[in-house]
Amino acid sequence: MGLALMALIWLITLISTYFFVAKTWWLPVGASAATGFIDRQFTITFIIMGIVFLAAQLGLGYIVWRYRQTPSAPPASYSHGNTTLEIVWTTLTTILFVGLNLMGSSVWASQRFDPPEAGAVQVEATGMQFAWYFRYPGPDGTYAPTKMSLMDPSAGGEAAVGLDTSDPSAKDDVVTGTMYLPVNRDVDLSLRSVDVIHDLFVPQLRFKQDAVPGLNIHMHFKPTAIGEYEIACAELCGLGHYKMHGMVHVVSQEDFDKWLAAREAEKQ
Amino acid sequence: MATAATVHSHAPQGFIRKYIFSLDHKVIGIQYFFLALTAVFVGMALSLLMRVHMIWPTANWPLVGEIKPETYLAFLTMHGTIMVFFVLTTAPQGGFGNYVLPIQIGAPDMAFPVLNMLSFWTTFVGFIVLLCAFFVPGGAPLHGWTGYPPLSAIQSAGPGEALGADLWITAIAIFCVASLMGALNFITTTLDLRAKGMTMMRMPLTVWSWFITAILGLLAFGVLLSAGILLLMDRNLGTSFYVPQIMVNGQIVGHKGGSPLLWQHLFWFFGHPEVYIAILPGMGVASQVLSTFSRKPIFGYRAMVYAMLSIGFFGFMVWGHHMFMSGMSPYSAFAFSILTMCIGVPSAIKTFNWLGTMWKGRIRFDTPMLYAIGFVSLFVSGGLSGPFLAQPVLDIQLHDTYFVVGHFHLIMGVAAIFGIFAATYYWFPKMFGRMMNETLGRIHFFITLAGTYAIFMPMHNLGMAGQTRRYSQFTEVAYQTKLLPLQTFITFAAIVTIAAQFIFVINLFWSMFKGPKASDNPWDATTLEWTTATPPPHDNFGGKTPVVNNGPYEYGVPGAPKDFVMQTDPPTEPKH
Repeated sequence: MGLALMALIWLITLISTYFFVAKTWWLPVGASAATGFIDRQFTITFIIMGIVFLAAQLGLGYIVWRYRQTPSAPPASYSHGNTTLEIVWTTLTTILFVGLNLMGSSVWASQRFDPPEAGAVQVEATGMQFAWYFRYPGPDGTYAPTKMSLMDPSAGGEAAVGLDTSDPSAKDDVVTGTMYLPVNRDVDLSLRSVDVIHDLFVPQLRFKQDAVPGLNIHMHFKPTAIGEYEIACAELCGLGHYKMHGMVHVVSQEDFDKWLAAREAEKQ
Repeated sequence: MATAATVHSHAPQGFIRKYIFSLDHKVIGIQYFFLALTAVFVGMALSLLMRVHMIWPTANWPLVGEIKPETYLAFLTMHGTIMVFFVLTTAPQGGFGNYVLPIQIGAPDMAFPVLNMLSFWTTFVGFIVLLCAFFVPGGAPLHGWTGYPPLSAIQSAGPGEALGADLWITAIAIFCVASLMGALNFITTTLDLRAKGMTMMRMPLTVWSWFITAILGLLAFGVLLSAGILLLMDRNLGTSFYVPQIMVNGQIVGHKGGSPLLWQHLFWFFGHPEVYIAILPGMGVASQVLSTFSRKPIFGYRAMVYAMLSIGFFGFMVWGHHMFMSGMSPYSAFAFSILTMCIGVPSAIKTFNWLGTMWKGRIRFDTPMLYAIGFVSLFVSGGLSGPFLAQPVLDIQLHDTYFVVGHFHLIMGVAAIFGIFAATYYWFPKMFGRMMNETLGRIHFFITLAGTYAIFMPMHNLGMAGQTRRYSQFTEVAYQTKLLPLQTFITFAAIVTIAAQFIFVINLFWSMFKGPKASDNPWDATTLEWTTATPPPHDNFGGKTPVVNNGPYEYGVPGAPKDFVMQTDPPTEPKH
């Protein structure tokens, strides 16, 4: 029985470890400025936890086999523990866990507390059951006010977010269903929701943030590779949660300017 | 104390007073156990339906027909709610805590037997109210077991958010009341009804775990109860605690100025301690069983007690780690994150001490021991994904993905279930007077351990690849469609593992009536429940009051006549 148990625990441990180490399924290739740091922090955590995992599970398997009861096994040793050992492993674990945590803090801080870089492109994302809308303030750099009384989700576009078209600054506001971003430029994103809580999650951009009704949440991030990236809603928002899907197109600055100009022209 | 003594001068003879509205903690414990057993089968059936729906979304299933996305979400909500409240809180604490705690401290019953009965029947009513949500128009709610408003606060936000959601909140509120009564009873009993010589530091670690769990319950369930009442008011009385001005289904709802984050703070102030309410009794059982079957004293008894106390203490300060992506102040994330890492320390100490207990032992592999060893393995695996999720910067990628699903199922789901299995196989002889079948127990264990790993380990990989939680289908997001083969594997693993649970049920009921008769102390164990008859008489010790002379885990004492010294044996001075 001891041998069978050791074999099972070791087998589970080694198979699990294989699929992590072989990176059969891993973080998607990143395409934003934060990728480097987040992935490095993930890898460090992964290596440390992986070593502890292997040591603890293989040790557990070994102990149950080594100290199984057999007719010739010596009597169990009579011991209530060892205070020195307790102090040693408590101290080591504390240093390890808290240290790991402090290492990861700087990126969190720079993303959340520092303002976006000068010249960042402004985008406002609005979530509603079950779609995303993206608004660009246009050449005047000002978002026109939106009003709930003007909202008509079934109409889509400007009406969906309740754009007040009587306001002069609304003339150049562009509302789209797909987010276009210029590469290598900071994005100053405002996140809003009109009904329930949604979450804008773009795995490749290492970006995730809840959109909460009643709050206007500011975030900034910088895409670093041209490409098309999928948005998945990551906060349960109702029966269509699984299909609240969107796209981010990261393009060159030139293509972005062309795209935005074309949208402005359509509006006129 | 007088209450228990008066009640127990005569055992009731009528069927109803003896088995239905019983005041005997042992009967109530068994009632809780069977309530949880019923609930776990409902919860498990729901998980099976969810798993098959993900892989074959358009298939027709017996009883439920074709599962729609909203039905999937209703199953998901009910699975979580049933499992967390009516299984993981009910079985370890209400079931085994009720049955074993008074006997282990040498008391004739709980301090308040009537309150105890009331607590069980209130829990029962809560369960019935919850199940009713399936059968009302619109069905069960789809807002998940965490019930975040505004989704859970607006009747038109989705199917099931009408009467179904009201029943859901009501059921949870009823459960909170029941748990508060239970917690009060456990705390009073532990503090006041201990036998002579049963000092706090001679209490078995199981008693410590139930005692600390009761304190957590007393502090946490009151908050959830209040939060639930506020949510009911928002839904039905037009208040705006949780709902700002919003538009749902093209209609502006009549709320203004509420905060959706308020609910999350209140919910997780309960919700995080709840995780420890589910797992602490499992830790107690694992300690008890590992020591018994290793024939060695527990390694570092005091460290184990202090570790559980600090887990309970820190458990109330970490709720914000569920909210790193919620729009909560990012400054507070630092504090919540550091405190969360701190709670990993006592958890690690417990693991070291379990390994230390087996080290140089003489291990017997009876089924309870297999489950206790499985508990340690799952606790390690589920625990080590914690330091990933505790870092806000990694949560950017992992929050609300299958990584989280894998993490909490391993540590508070399956590990806690393994604690319940260990407790069942360990105390079954005392509870029902017969032994369970060892061969069936071993087969059940090996399939269940391998199966749970096959289900929940790959979920970490899915989460890293960006698979979001609570998706009824994976057809809409291209990168997630690529992960379907792994999801299919998990579904097959779940089918096998769930099928294996019937081995347990057959063993349980067969042994109850046909198993070989159990002796008073079949495991050669030391604590007080093994000093009395099997099953114990109505007042637990047949009119005698035990006197405690020894610590709870005196195995292999040098110079002692047997390899174990019971707590009631004459005091022993080990000869070194």
